[in-house]
Amino acid sequence: MMQFMEGSYAVADAVRLCRPQVVSAYPITPQTHIVEALADMVANCTLDAEYITVESEFSALSACIGASAAGSRVYSATTSQGLALMFEVCFNVAGMRLPIVMTIVNRALSAPLSIWNDQQDSISLRDSGWMQLYAEDNQEATDLHYLAYRVAEDHQILLPIFVCFDGFILSHTYEPVETLTQEQADAYVPAFSPYAKLDPADPISFGMFASPDYYMEFRYEMDRAMDRAKERIVQAGKEFGKQFGRDYSGLIEGYRLDDAETAFVAMGSVCGTVKDAIDEMRAQGRKVGLLRIRCYRPFPGQEIVKALQGVQRVAVLDKNISLGSKGAVGLEVKDALYGSGISVFDYIVGLGGRDMKKSDIAAIAAMAEKGQGDQFYGLRQEVLR
Amino acid sequence: MALNIGCTARPGKSRSNRTGAWRVFRPVFKHDKCTKCGICALVCPEGCVEEREDEFYQVNYEFCKGCALCAEECPAEDIEMEQEGK
Repeated sequence: MMQFMEGSYAVADAVRLCRPQVVSAYPITPQTHIVEALADMVANCTLDAEYITVESEFSALSACIGASAAGSRVYSATTSQGLALMFEVCFNVAGMRLPIVMTIVNRALSAPLSIWNDQQDSISLRDSGWMQLYAEDNQEATDLHYLAYRVAEDHQILLPIFVCFDGFILSHTYEPVETLTQEQADAYVPAFSPYAKLDPADPISFGMFASPDYYMEFRYEMDRAMDRAKERIVQAGKEFGKQFGRDYSGLIEGYRLDDAETAFVAMGSVCGTVKDAIDEMRAQGRKVGLLRIRCYRPFPGQEIVKALQGVQRVAVLDKNISLGSKGAVGLEVKDALYGSGISVFDYIVGLGGRDMKKSDIAAIAAMAEKGQGDQFYGLRQEVLR
Repeated sequence: MALNIGCTARPGKSRSNRTGAWRVFRPVFKHDKCTKCGICALVCPEGCVEEREDEFYQVNYEFCKGCALCAEECPAEDIEMEQEGK
């Protein structure tokens, strides 16, 4: 059914239909609407789940660990500082191979304090062993939650997953969203079947000590599971398309790339603006296209190489900065295209809620054509020291 | 044996986790000046010094971490610490 909904409420509704048995979260802007909607559902008995209130994000995700290890389907959501406080717990969730789904409503990190959007928070957890999907709009943000449970809980994968969507730009924006019925959701997301679980009658512990003789092999197994996840995400995305008509089989998505000379690479809501800008530039005869990364972890390096093989140059839009180096996506695109002869330019954009307009996209295309890149874009020179 | 996914383990893990590889020096019980007083077994933090049938004591090298407490405390100075060879 098509409904006109705020992004956060659409996500909360999709989460409800995934039937989580335990929800634990701590409210933080701009994630708040999601978890308050879920708390309402639990209070109103429209969601049959235990809602564990806690005093911090550290505790929220720790409670999720216990619940997931005990065999429950678990959900949480956070952003920015909240995710930063979960840093340690995130690595534990992944190492214990608990398939927790967590929504990240992307927001900048302090200091200076900013509640506005960029993607520094989830990008900073890129090495933690969580899969990461990035949605372009609210329809995709809701749909990816069904896919997330299906992939994470697959016994060949067993890795936690972030479903990321941009704070305010998507989370607080009303858009038409096609929602599923409970029957449709149940048909796509099978009941949770834990691989291992805590049981007093047959006790085990999770995430035990590994001596130097074994630690590396544990990490290698996680990396292999990430590798397998690529295929599973493609399969699950294709199946979603078959059942509901919206296909998510691509780890990446191309837009007017076929004869493009300059290709943008970006993630999240900015891609909508980039597509509009591309249409305008195409109307002026400029051969530009977009490669959108939907799945950032596992990173689709080979898929990117294949999709970009005909282009002359690539402009990566990074809503994050690895201070002292470059944007995280730019670095990995450069790595993927190493030796291809394609020039890759990285642009740090949109940090802390700075708007990205169509004119900015056109200006970046012009810079890439002139060979200017690997820099912040759109700085206010008059305030710099 | 393949790794358990999520590094799960059943109770009794500390027995299956053989810590002998941590050792840099190994205690060698000479049984020369030993008076069978049993202080070595008493002070061993790993509980891996055992009394034999002839009442002398021996070390279980599967678990001994080489902390040298036994050698330090032995009143008869019958225990020597020798460097582990390659």
